[in-house]
Amino acid sequence: MVRINLTVDGARVADDVEPRMLLVHYLREKLGKTGTVVGCDTSNCGACTVHLDGTSVKSCNVLAVQADGGEVTTIEGLAQDGQLHPVQEAFRECHGLQCGYCTPGMIMQSVDLLKDNPNPSEEEIRLGLEGNLCRCTGYHNIVRAVQHAAGAGGTQAAGQTEAVQA
Amino acid sequence: MTATEARPEAEAPEREIGRERRRKEDQRLITGRTRWTDNIQLPGMLHLAMVRSPFAHARITSIDTTEAKQSPNVVDVVTGQDLAETQGVLINAWPITPDQKTPTHLPVAIDRVAFAGEIVAVVVARSAAEARDAAELVDVEYDELPAALDLKEAATDTVLAHPDLGSNKSAYWVFDSGEAGTGGNVDDAITQARDSGGIVLEREYRQQRLIPAFMEPRSTVVDPTGEQLTVWSATQIPHILRFALAATTGIPESKLRVIAPDVGGGFGGKLQTTPEEWITVALARRTGKPVKYTETRSESLIAAHHGRDQWQKLTLAADREGNVTGLKVQLLADLGAYVSLVGGGVPVLGAFMFNAIYKFPAYHFAVQTVLTNKTWTDAYRGAGRPEATFAIERLMDELAAEVGVDPLEIRERNWIKHEEFPFTTVAGLEYDSGNYEAATARAKEMFGYDELRAEQRRRRESGDPVQLGIGVSTFTEMCGLAPSRVLGQLDYGAGGWEHASVRMLATGKVEVVTGASAHGQGHETAFSQIVADRLGVPFEDVEVLHGDTQVAPKGLDTYGSRSLVVGGEALVKASDKVVEKAKTVAAHLLEASADDLDFSGGRFTVRGTDQGVAIQEIATAVFAAHNLPDGMEPSLDSDATFDPVNFNYPHGTHLCAMEVDTETGALRMRKYVCVDDIGNVINPLIVSGQVHGGLVQGIAQALWEEAVYDDSGTLVSGSFVDYLLPTSADTISFEVDHTTTPSLTNTLGTKGVGEAGTIASTPAVVNAVVDAVRHLGITDIRMPCTPERVWRAIQDAGSGTEPTTGAAAPHFDASTGMEGTVDRTAGAQDGAQQ
Repeated sequence: MVRINLTVDGARVADDVEPRMLLVHYLREKLGKTGTVVGCDTSNCGACTVHLDGTSVKSCNVLAVQADGGEVTTIEGLAQDGQLHPVQEAFRECHGLQCGYCTPGMIMQSVDLLKDNPNPSEEEIRLGLEGNLCRCTGYHNIVRAVQHAAGAGGTQAAGQTEAVQA
Repeated sequence: MTATEARPEAEAPEREIGRERRRKEDQRLITGRTRWTDNIQLPGMLHLAMVRSPFAHARITSIDTTEAKQSPNVVDVVTGQDLAETQGVLINAWPITPDQKTPTHLPVAIDRVAFAGEIVAVVVARSAAEARDAAELVDVEYDELPAALDLKEAATDTVLAHPDLGSNKSAYWVFDSGEAGTGGNVDDAITQARDSGGIVLEREYRQQRLIPAFMEPRSTVVDPTGEQLTVWSATQIPHILRFALAATTGIPESKLRVIAPDVGGGFGGKLQTTPEEWITVALARRTGKPVKYTETRSESLIAAHHGRDQWQKLTLAADREGNVTGLKVQLLADLGAYVSLVGGGVPVLGAFMFNAIYKFPAYHFAVQTVLTNKTWTDAYRGAGRPEATFAIERLMDELAAEVGVDPLEIRERNWIKHEEFPFTTVAGLEYDSGNYEAATARAKEMFGYDELRAEQRRRRESGDPVQLGIGVSTFTEMCGLAPSRVLGQLDYGAGGWEHASVRMLATGKVEVVTGASAHGQGHETAFSQIVADRLGVPFEDVEVLHGDTQVAPKGLDTYGSRSLVVGGEALVKASDKVVEKAKTVAAHLLEASADDLDFSGGRFTVRGTDQGVAIQEIATAVFAAHNLPDGMEPSLDSDATFDPVNFNYPHGTHLCAMEVDTETGALRMRKYVCVDDIGNVINPLIVSGQVHGGLVQGIAQALWEEAVYDDSGTLVSGSFVDYLLPTSADTISFEVDHTTTPSLTNTLGTKGVGEAGTIASTPAVVNAVVDAVRHLGITDIRMPCTPERVWRAIQDAGSGTEPTTGAAAPHFDASTGMEGTVDRTAGAQDGAQQ
């Protein structure tokens, strides 16, 4: 067992974990952060995407011990003060989700994408979300949602999220 | 009470039906406040890991669980022998013929495994990780048996998938329009075409094996600690699951509660009763503790059912002008190792759809279902109808090429004209409504059809290495499953009705219970819109409850584009009963005759006066029950069970433009337009999502996806690294529109939309790819049309290879001298077993 200390969605947490434990399992099983989900076992689907120190990571591809000392934001910590993040709002507005299983990862990746590129073209959005699989939407409305969020200041709010984390 | 206050007309609420309501479901889903089955944690919960066969076909000679049992925190390790009868058995609900060969399907195999991935032992431990560690320590000895893998070869019984059955041929099912009295004799039509210089097209198409690949891996939790056994499962069919568990495990149905909480997609893949569910139930009963099993993605890909997997032999007869005179269809359908819940019923669902939107005078359909040593197959989005639509829409393009006219023209010569509805087809179905001309005209306009044809000619003439192809698919489907009587005639084990309850609460809020359990379709939103309109209450005041047999005790669940057209109609009927009951109370409270009351916008008014009462006020009055008509039961709550009288027939015209690089085989989708007639639309936003997602699943069959087995029966596309689900970077944005002819089979005039995109898009894409290279002498490219297959087709066409001549398939007539096309399709000789 290894002792880790980190911040998850603004709260400081500490646990003894097996060295082999994946960050996604730590979030789900130790912290009850079940908003973040597992969709595959080969790091292809991106359903488990979270932010680690301000950058999106597939939390099935990060060991919990690697997050020691870090700051993790999950889908459950994205809304601030009861206000949805503009990207969350955009996914609802544009019907960018159906079953919702890929949605946490898709939203976290979209927030990261817009942070790096506040005004992406459709092609840049499609390339930026390539590592996140969705089986329901055909991606059409997910792309619309990211465009909508970009137009609605999604990037600015993403920056604010970072500021809160810092 | 303020029962008699007048209300200004200006306040009449906007109609909910037709509004782009944002979904009620989304707030939870976008904030991670979800209830996936795998999220459930109960005190003392134990976890399962499965030991699966690495062999496609083998006898189990011994299983040593000693070491696994000594592994840390392992509670139990069980084999099929240990569970014996307590594990129950998995059922086939649709024996398509009385003499169907149906191998016994045990959740845990006892002495023989029939596909790679079949479960042979189960580890129970305190954590999922410890269970998986111990599963590695279970020592299973096998005697490998020869495996039946290739579908065509399996149909010859060279190697038996289940030696004790004596044959791989499970069932042979036939529909013949001559015998059914719905049309002529197809062999006569073919002979006539041959003798009179008409056209006879003989083609063979491959429907490759696909994997539904819902995003949420399957998961089951069973809690045996209450008086009832509670089962949570990531399923499309909680009600059917409850019935099948009760029927096969001896647990009384009344002692079973099945809950489908948030379910992350299904697409037919969760229309199943699974070994993993039965095993979790058995282990919860055995240990007396809550038990959870969640599959890995790799397990899901090898052990959750697959879809499609057919060879289609087709003979189409027509006159020289391209008027079709007959269609003969012979299918081989791969069941995999077992006949699953729907099983051989999947190709039968396609049997009525090969004639599609056309007026064919004669039709013959036959399917041979075949057992092999591969993962069992069952429904995948469209189930039978995509296969039929692909075959006929590819054939109509071939016919157009043969006649030398535009593919849309050949369709128009054969399709049912809008003034001919209702129309009884050669397959015996009555299409209630449709307008193929209108949908096609609109699609052509949006697509810029003539301009793209002109560009195609320019590229041909200039010898552009990048050629443009235009693909057409004018589809229809039978959905809204289904009239119970018809299902009975087809020997399906259950009915096709749906149930709804509407409860007026004391505060005027409304609870709606539906038996159709959603997994991404947005029922909570669309059903709220229907009930809000029907009762005249605010959209926000309607709560839709589903997916728990204790809350929604009656239902037949969600598949076959049935929720709206069957479940929605049950809701309408239940709501109308509530209004009827409320009317009696309104008349009493308003001291008027019920005949003098109007009901509009949630309010009963006395005609010609300003006197009125709202339905919510009536609900409160009924709750108090102080002042009701004599003898009236103090309740407005109502139930309805709706059994449809007919299927439901959405249709549409899909147009696809593909660019093909003739030097590399690279493909690029340039444009995709679809105009679907799905009748009246409840929520355009939800509909658009269903169409987009459906399109991509169908396009993926055309271009990317295939479950591939190697020569030993191992699924080599067994992870998301190898099974090519499309990403956002692979796909484009679509242009979607609708024309509307209301359905006549339900009050709302709606038609199903869940499967439409998938059914229509596959042939549109393949037709476009073939159209781009047809001038090179290519008439088919096998799916998925990968760049390699396209490149090889171009190379082979250019190399002067002699085409197959004469009778290439048994039912093709060699004496005609016409070319058969069996196995000449590009890619047919790929090394992997198909």
